[in-house]
Amino acid sequence: MGFKGQKMKHRVSEFLVGLLFGLGLMLSGMTDPSKVLGFLDLFGAWDPSLAFVMGGAVGVGALAYVFAKKKSTSFFGNALDFSDSSDIDRPLVIGAAMFGAGWGLAGFCPGPAIVCMGSGQSKAILFVVFMLLGMLLFELLEFVRHQKRTPQA
Amino acid sequence: MNLDWAHFTPGSSLAGGLLIGLSVAAFLLLNGRVLGISGILGGLLRPIKGDLGWRLAFLLGLLASAWLTAFFMPANWVLSARIDASEGALMLAGLLVGLGTRYGSGCTSGHGVCGLSRLSPRSMVATLTFMLMGFLVVYVLKHGF
Repeated sequence: MGFKGQKMKHRVSEFLVGLLFGLGLMLSGMTDPSKVLGFLDLFGAWDPSLAFVMGGAVGVGALAYVFAKKKSTSFFGNALDFSDSSDIDRPLVIGAAMFGAGWGLAGFCPGPAIVCMGSGQSKAILFVVFMLLGMLLFELLEFVRHQKRTPQA
Repeated sequence: MNLDWAHFTPGSSLAGGLLIGLSVAAFLLLNGRVLGISGILGGLLRPIKGDLGWRLAFLLGLLASAWLTAFFMPANWVLSARIDASEGALMLAGLLVGLGTRYGSGCTSGHGVCGLSRLSPRSMVATLTFMLMGFLVVYVLKHGF
């Protein structure tokens, strides 16, 4: 298979993985913010469904990672990305805390928000627009930080 | 603690979780990639030549899941989402989720599913942090005032 064919194979696979992921989110109920908030409301009427989603996903995911660790390349022949940073630092904790606060406020995390946006819900579109603005803000802050660290001569 | 039996869906949630796990497995074993939504989105905002196609293909698939189910799938697959938060809350939450997931290098998929799947201490700390913060914010909003 030529370079073009390799590339096409990847694009089709990535599309199908996105599709499967979205279907999983939908079937699990996690595209419904009120259901996510039902899980996060430990002291109200508690809906433990999200724990079952995580259990199923991590169960299959763990098998995949155990298998992948024995391999050096993927089935399509490219390097396996393990993104193996192990630092537990301030950005990790502060960022996760900010994310958790937003998650609790709206019941949306990035994947479900994108799927909901696909279904055309205006409130989901609003959330995604501001999520992207938040991500742009991160890029801007990183840019400024980088400029400060390496001043122009 | 009392369970919300009316909304509890152990079967379909576990089944959906298994599909999510399968997509994580396929992305890793076929494409060699980590399935993390915030990272995939974030990379679009820092465009690098040759690094955009896979992100767009994945996101198109994710969006297509909403489009296709609306036409072809039985009712329990079709997206039903009740968004109670006000417009203002959604804007603030969006900013927090966007900035926070990029600053903390991951969200529910990258840290929560992929990270826990490979027992990454970094992801365990992140997942514990955003879960606890989620519990706390919902507690304050629903029972705090």
